[in-house]
Amino acid sequence: MVDQNVVERIKQDLGSSDVVLYMKGTPVFPQCGFSAAVVQVLSHVGVPFKGVNILEEPGLRQGLKEFSNWPTFPQLYVKGELVGGCDIVREMYESGELQSLLTEKGVATGVNA
Amino acid sequence: MAMEAATIEKLIKDGIPDAAVEIADLRGDGDHYAALVTSAAFKGKSRVQQHQMVYAALQGRMGGELHALALTTAVPDNA
Repeated sequence: MVDQNVVERIKQDLGSSDVVLYMKGTPVFPQCGFSAAVVQVLSHVGVPFKGVNILEEPGLRQGLKEFSNWPTFPQLYVKGELVGGCDIVREMYESGELQSLLTEKGVATGVNA
Repeated sequence: MAMEAATIEKLIKDGIPDAAVEIADLRGDGDHYAALVTSAAFKGKSRVQQHQMVYAALQGRMGGELHALALTTAVPDNA
């Protein structure tokens, strides 16, 4: 069972930004190749996002695995929904599905392109 | 800790009986694999759900014993 405080914290994060990336490290200093790859995709798409460094929050790290039934990081959320990890985000980016998902959900892209 | 490709394949097939599994050891260290899993059971499911099915078949090893599995899932054409 996920600790209620962790659930509240996750809901707060997901409510605070359209796009949230739980990752190892920070967008400026990713500390894992998979996390860095997703940061790169998001910057190519030009979508603003909130990066959360789970290496600094072990409770959040474990809680997220149970909360989303997803065992690894990074984890990308759009409008509170899990989109996936590095594999899925990369696959969707290459097929254009990520861009159409963002547009469909009313999330602005091409902001810093 | 590392895992054998054959073990990964067996676990996935035990969990998803009709799955066709192709595994590549990306770095030869038993810790970084790529896998293509094709199954009719994925039909109608989102990518996240398909990957979750594979992770469930791996019985909690994903992210622990198995550090990295670059996973691609697919539905067979005739499904």
